[in-house]
Amino acid sequence: MDAYIVAMLVFAGVYALMALGLNVIWGLAGMVNLGLVGFFGLGAYATALLTKNFLWPMPMGWAAGAAVAALAGGLMALIVARLRGDYLAIVTLGFAEVIRLVASNEVWLTNGTDGISGIPGPWRGQVSPQEFNLIFLGLVWAAVGVAFILLARISHSPFGRVLRAVREDEDVAAVAGKPVLWFKIRAFALGAAVLGFAGALYAHYNAYIAPEGFAPLLTIYIVLALTAGGVGAMRGAIVGALLVVLLLEGTRFLAQVIPGVSPVQKAALREGIIALSLILLLRFRPQGLIPERTRTRAKEAS
Amino acid sequence: MIQDWRDLAQVLLNGVMAGSVLMLPAIGFNCIFAVLRYPNFAVAGYATVGGFAGWIANTQWGWPAGLALLAAFAVAGLTGLLAEETALKPLRPSGALTVAIASVALTLLLENAVRFAFGNDLRGYDLPVFRDWRFDGIRINPQQWYNTLYAAAAVAALFALLAFTRLGRAMRAVADNPQLADIKGVDPDRIACVAVLIGAGLAGIGGMLIGLDTSIDPLTGFRVVLSVFAAAVVGGLGSIPGAALGAMVVGIGEEMAGLLLEPAYRTVTAFLAILLVLSIRPEGLLGRRG
Repeated sequence: MDAYIVAMLVFAGVYALMALGLNVIWGLAGMVNLGLVGFFGLGAYATALLTKNFLWPMPMGWAAGAAVAALAGGLMALIVARLRGDYLAIVTLGFAEVIRLVASNEVWLTNGTDGISGIPGPWRGQVSPQEFNLIFLGLVWAAVGVAFILLARISHSPFGRVLRAVREDEDVAAVAGKPVLWFKIRAFALGAAVLGFAGALYAHYNAYIAPEGFAPLLTIYIVLALTAGGVGAMRGAIVGALLVVLLLEGTRFLAQVIPGVSPVQKAALREGIIALSLILLLRFRPQGLIPERTRTRAKEAS
Repeated sequence: MIQDWRDLAQVLLNGVMAGSVLMLPAIGFNCIFAVLRYPNFAVAGYATVGGFAGWIANTQWGWPAGLALLAAFAVAGLTGLLAEETALKPLRPSGALTVAIASVALTLLLENAVRFAFGNDLRGYDLPVFRDWRFDGIRINPQQWYNTLYAAAAVAALFALLAFTRLGRAMRAVADNPQLADIKGVDPDRIACVAVLIGAGLAGIGGMLIGLDTSIDPLTGFRVVLSVFAAAVVGGLGSIPGAALGAMVVGIGEEMAGLLLEPAYRTVTAFLAILLVLSIRPEGLLGRRG
């Protein structure tokens, strides 16, 4: 049971990192990203390939995961920066599907749908599995802490203020002399880097990655986490990630107590509940549990 | 590879047949976009629902495919209407993007409802087995040919509705200028309901056509969603003739790319088509708004 709770907290930490990354792109810069799982996957595959095949040390693998995702994010922003939100939703969703397709089909590189197994983990094998889980728990949440402090500072820095200005009204920001495109690219790359880093950590914790792990469902989890916590507020991303894991595991127990349902039905029930939660949340508490303060004030003023 | 005109004709023919299956969900997507101005990702879910509704009508009740397509239209359309009214409509004041995100969740919800009821197995329809027709070296799969005819019939019915009926005129008016239509006494809520009913219903027929060609499972709609978006975007978001044209372009483009790339990368071609159109001509081939 303890091991189970530790594992869940590790996943909560990974989700929190992802929600923080999404919050930079969507919360601060106002660019919707329904393909965040693609950047997460890029980071995971980059570090898995580099540390397993080229025996890079793990921290370098993580950095590479973040860098590859950041590069992809910057490119994506460059292409889509001028698009309206609805087009952006389509393009980013498509991007994630393309990443998943490439991962499924380039067998020489990614081993296809069988996935990559035996990805090294820090001190895995030298310590007991329980100790490994605890080490990783500390590592993930340390990363969440560092990312939170850095991103919260960035969010209140002049850079963050410009991003919020771009989010609220691009033209005003441009008239004020801010290079909007450049700000969007940097925000997208920064957020994607955090997503890629989260993917890298996930790969080393799980020791196994496969394309099916990067399905749109995960994007919905993170959008749900960020919406639950409150889009724009960095604290909200972390609270939301914990809530989502709580909800996911809660539905697991719920599915167990309902008699007479097959495993496939249980999985369907859980995914359905998650999807329903997002719809209900958007309807009844779209500002999330921790609304961003500046945003509320701006709304009241207008 | 292409060696003579027959190979080219074969690729074009396959492209048109593939495009006509994409055409209906793409038109459904644009039909909803034209009136409600948000990208409804739930067309994937509606396509799956339609595919399963048609499957029940065909294999359980023994309806022929043509009749089962009507069942697919009705069930998917009503599902769409119900989902729109209960789940998406209350979100409209929060903006198009909120509705779009909720529609992704809605697709997952529908997909899992289908999974709960039917499991993950592939299911095929009860169909007569045909041998390919051959004309001077060109092969035609009869089922795909019939699917093309079904799709063409559905589109013809839609165009007739839009062109010749009061309801169709009202729909075009709302798509063109909602405020003006409102002043002229067209009830936008009613038109929105009709657009969603038709849009989701057409997606449902599209889902069943995919099933007639291959088989269905809970992911049937989601698998083609990128190609459907590509068709809608290439043709121009919100343009119904655009979606039909876009579907042909994407269908033929995917077949052409299939000569160079692995078949699994068809949807990658669709994604590249989206990027290309958005970079060069964001309003699409027949769209007006940027």
